[in-house]
Amino acid sequence: MNRHLLSSADLSRDEIESILETAEQMHDIQRRDVKKLPTLRGRTIINLFFEDSTRTRSSFEIAGKWMSADTINVSGKGSSTSKGESLRDTVRTLTAMGVDCIVIRHQASGAAHQVAGWVDASVINAGDGTHEHPTQALLDAYTMRSRFGSLEGRHVVIVGDVAHSRVFRSNLITLHRLGARVTVVAPPTLMPAGVGAWSSVDGFTTSWDLDEVLYADDPPDAVMMLRVQRERMSGGFFPTEREYTVGYGMTRERFERLLGRNPDCLILHPGPMNRGLEISADAADAVGSSLVLDQVSSGVAVRMSVLYHLLAFGDEVAS
Amino acid sequence: MSDLVITGGRLLGRAAGDIRVSRGRIEEVGTRVERTAGAEVVDADGAVVLPGLVDLHTHLRQPGFEDAETVASGSAAAAAGGFTAVLAMANTDPVTDTAEAAERILDLGRRAGLVDVVPVGAVTKGLLGDELAELALMNRSRARVTVFSDDGRCVQDARVMRRALDYIRAFDGVISQHSQDSSLAGPAACCHEGELAGRLGLPGWPAPAESVIIARDAELARHTGARVHVAHVSTAEGVDVIRWAKARGIRMTAEVTPHHLALGTELLTGYDPVFKVNPPLRPTEDQEAVRAALADGTIDAVATDHAPHARHDKEHTFATAASGMLGLETALGVVAEVMVATGRLDWAGVAERMSLAPARIAGLANHGRAIEAGEPANLVVIDPATAWTVDKEQSASLSRNNPWHGRTLPARVVATVFQGQVTHR
Repeated sequence: MNRHLLSSADLSRDEIESILETAEQMHDIQRRDVKKLPTLRGRTIINLFFEDSTRTRSSFEIAGKWMSADTINVSGKGSSTSKGESLRDTVRTLTAMGVDCIVIRHQASGAAHQVAGWVDASVINAGDGTHEHPTQALLDAYTMRSRFGSLEGRHVVIVGDVAHSRVFRSNLITLHRLGARVTVVAPPTLMPAGVGAWSSVDGFTTSWDLDEVLYADDPPDAVMMLRVQRERMSGGFFPTEREYTVGYGMTRERFERLLGRNPDCLILHPGPMNRGLEISADAADAVGSSLVLDQVSSGVAVRMSVLYHLLAFGDEVAS
Repeated sequence: MSDLVITGGRLLGRAAGDIRVSRGRIEEVGTRVERTAGAEVVDADGAVVLPGLVDLHTHLRQPGFEDAETVASGSAAAAAGGFTAVLAMANTDPVTDTAEAAERILDLGRRAGLVDVVPVGAVTKGLLGDELAELALMNRSRARVTVFSDDGRCVQDARVMRRALDYIRAFDGVISQHSQDSSLAGPAACCHEGELAGRLGLPGWPAPAESVIIARDAELARHTGARVHVAHVSTAEGVDVIRWAKARGIRMTAEVTPHHLALGTELLTGYDPVFKVNPPLRPTEDQEAVRAALADGTIDAVATDHAPHARHDKEHTFATAASGMLGLETALGVVAEVMVATGRLDWAGVAERMSLAPARIAGLANHGRAIEAGEPANLVVIDPATAWTVDKEQSASLSRNNPWHGRTLPARVVATVFQGQVTHR
């Protein structure tokens, strides 16, 4: 395995499966009273977050602590211009203190790639702009796998602000590697640039019509609703919330009709949710169908597994 | 000032001949010219001799950004690249928007003494796009500014552009437009809008942001009868509009950069800001379109858009790093690779696109001339057969944002002659 996890494309199918299997062991440990593992004792991990994040940062922090690493949170000041301290200075200053791993979240696409070129430490991409978020894709896969057993041949529909979604980009790669089929649904203005060429190269389907996809002859096994940022409206990507919800929201009516087609269909959302905009409470909280809370709880186990594979592979997981 | 004899060079890549230079002028061209005692000799046997290259688009960064380049260091890079005249863009600090500022740059260029440094004047005060700069005073100054540009920014307001075009007719000026509709491609736009921008999650810079401005400016040039020049055209759509305008007799000229001829969007995959440039690198189809347009004359000139940046301005995320790349020292080699080696231009064609046409557009009487007795001795001697590998550390520029580093180019500059003196060899 690579020293870094920058893109979901860094992981082969075998590596993904190996991470998910280790995550299961970690999940077991999570249920113990004493959760601490000695695996990363003496290692230092910096969570370098240039963007606000509650769940990703805290789950990386807990994951590191439970594995006995020294974890430090640093809030980087996001600079919107190229003046002042460069990103290179910031990360080199931090690693000069003797850090083993940098977990980085940055508002700029490619930031993790660049940092990996500047430092000796392992770098984990915890979300870079509108590019990728590989550990989110791993935990989504982990969550779905815990229901499906395998993702091979499963049909996953991803709905929402695909253009600006790093969750989408990483999920697309990871789901493909695990043998799932992906359909992407969004209004034309929220599709990524060049999606036509991209989808034909990578073999996924796109649609502007959610109902057509949900009620097709092969209804989805899972529907992943992406967060729609309200500022997209001022950007003119769609006219009103109401219009978006009617076209692309997982409303109660849609959800019920979907379960009528496939009672086992799962609902995912990477959070934070805009209830009433892209997802209704009925879908988000549906017992048995909604995986939203499972996504959060598996986040720690999956990140423990990633830290283990990157920093301590070969050592015993539990002792 | 010693005399100079260039022996055996193929003039414009055609018949071989000797050139004798004295007191800054070509004295004699022929097969057996007299070698004055004590004359400096450039052995050009097997080499190609062209009129010195002229760059319509250079950023010399002085005043204001001397950590990236100075007029002197940029002049040295220009001479090393075979140039004898460069137009220095106005986006310095302070901006070149007055006669005094233009004369200051002219004087810095004369002091460096390696090429003619010709200031470009800002179209609007402070490049802000609102009020016209003192266009006529800059033209009347010692710097005789004829090319105006807000480069780095586009004159967005059609009314301002129309007034500027109308106004400069009085002295046959020309506006070099950085064609970028900011409502379609704002300051964040940094990757050609297409499949790769989608994959990389980088803000897209769509082709119509360029072509709609070219189309608007063509109509304004038609209406006013003024001259407009399209800086660094990068898209097939932009080329289409230029072709359309020229077919209607509109006074529109255009340039393309070496990097838009030869480097593609795929280089952005590693998020290395050295490949960040505005307009951005484009896909293969666009590269093919600008090559074809340069070959058929739709695009008049090659211009470098040499844009030095200090290291600390490039060591940021891709989205926030400064835009621009070096180009003066590599332009000729790139054109040789993309246009000459492929048979799309012969050496006379290179002379037209890199010397005659840009000199004509900028109104430079001493450049882009025939290689004949009585003409100013601004010349470049090119070895068309010795490949060389670009090493960014071996550069006269103060900056190292060199996207050509490590590439092998097929032709190199053997010597540059400016006003009869060898400025590089």
